[in-house]
Amino acid sequence: MNFTLKIWRQKDAKSKGAFETYKVENISADTSFLEMLDILNNDLVHAGKEPVAFDHDCREGICGMCSLHIDGRAHGPGDGATTCQIYMRKFKDGATITIEPWRSAAFPVIKDLVVNRGAYDQILQAGGFVSVRTNSVPDGNAIPIAKADADESMDAAACVGCGACAATCKNGSAMLFVAARVSSLAKLPQGRVEGARRAKAMVAKMDELGFGNCTNTGACQAECPKQISIAHIARLNREFLSAKFED
Amino acid sequence: MSCFLINSSLGKKLVMSITGCFLVLFILFHMSMNIAALFSADAYNAICAFLGANWYALAGTLVLAAGVVVHFVYAVILTLNNYKARGAQRYAVTVQEKGVSWASKNMLVLGFIVLGGLALHLFNFWAKMQLTEIMGQHQNSLGYNPQDGAALIAYTFSQWYYVVLYLVWFAALWFHLTHGVWSMFQTVGWANDTWYPRLKCVANIVATLIFLGFAAVAVIFYLKSVCPCCAGAC
Repeated sequence: MNFTLKIWRQKDAKSKGAFETYKVENISADTSFLEMLDILNNDLVHAGKEPVAFDHDCREGICGMCSLHIDGRAHGPGDGATTCQIYMRKFKDGATITIEPWRSAAFPVIKDLVVNRGAYDQILQAGGFVSVRTNSVPDGNAIPIAKADADESMDAAACVGCGACAATCKNGSAMLFVAARVSSLAKLPQGRVEGARRAKAMVAKMDELGFGNCTNTGACQAECPKQISIAHIARLNREFLSAKFED
Repeated sequence: MSCFLINSSLGKKLVMSITGCFLVLFILFHMSMNIAALFSADAYNAICAFLGANWYALAGTLVLAAGVVVHFVYAVILTLNNYKARGAQRYAVTVQEKGVSWASKNMLVLGFIVLGGLALHLFNFWAKMQLTEIMGQHQNSLGYNPQDGAALIAYTFSQWYYVVLYLVWFAALWFHLTHGVWSMFQTVGWANDTWYPRLKCVANIVATLIFLGFAAVAVIFYLKSVCPCCAGAC
């Protein structure tokens, strides 16, 4: 398969970027999207040109490192998949593919397609954890948890923190990410204890970092590679408001 | 606690939700009131007399105006904030995400149309009814008794361009409510995957009822003016 790629190139955070066009040829239909970019970079290096910088790590959809806005969609065509799980057979032979970095004020471009998603780490540091005394490993079944609660918690915990929610949201809102973190812990007895403090601290940090306000469009859940539901946002709203009214 | 309604994103959204709920309840009441005009001019005028320049009607008007102002001001603040959060550099290619309604992405624009319609409505009716009464006058600029609301409706909707403008207004309100009504439940946290289809269904029903209720009055009074017999007035 042959493709024309329109890729956003930007030297560094301060430079002004622009689209550049590249051709890739003889790509197998079973090549993953990131492997296709590897092939392009190989060609660029052989030609003595600067390769395209893009984020990637596990390449099996669990680390949340890959990003890319491909043909207008976060993580490209295909539902419930990260960019590394997208294969070139998803595209038409001869197609022109536009590849952009996440666009959100809180995710500044570092270089080419790489953005700084450190804001999500800062939100997590504000409260996305459970405080425990270190000791020997407790028995996994010491605290019984209802299956429905455990399932819901795990659905939320599937979030890989890739940033697609904020990158897709027309308001640049990080609500789905924060909601997934708050919800996954709030549904478990171990996380329940710090529920109020967590919701308040994470929302305050989210606001402080300049993320926008959720207007319930649902675009985030449509583009989330882990298909996390906005029902978790409703739970975050509940957690936050009840915590504030208890103050 | 009070400051989170001003400082926090979720607090500001709570204000949007509560003021929105209040305005929806008022609109439902207003629509029910208008329906009376279709059946009896006297019944409608009795309601107008009850809601004239009395202290409780004036207090209600002030609370209502405050609701509109707060809902609007917060919407502008939130949208400006969102615009900034989105960043200066936009995507070159975008697609409509699955399951995302057009209305949900255009609430502010729809809100402006609703506000424009409201301004027209205040000029057409409120200024010639309650305001005239507050000024102590017994006759409005059109020469009607300010408590004869039924005559004012008949006069206003005998002009086709007002009917068209009001229908555009009601259509914008319909779109605004299809997203707004279920959204206010989501914002206060009273929603989940089981309830989304139900809440969206309720939102569509409420929005459609409101649209039909208001549009019926405008259209039927227009028909009555052009063809008294076909509207059943003969």
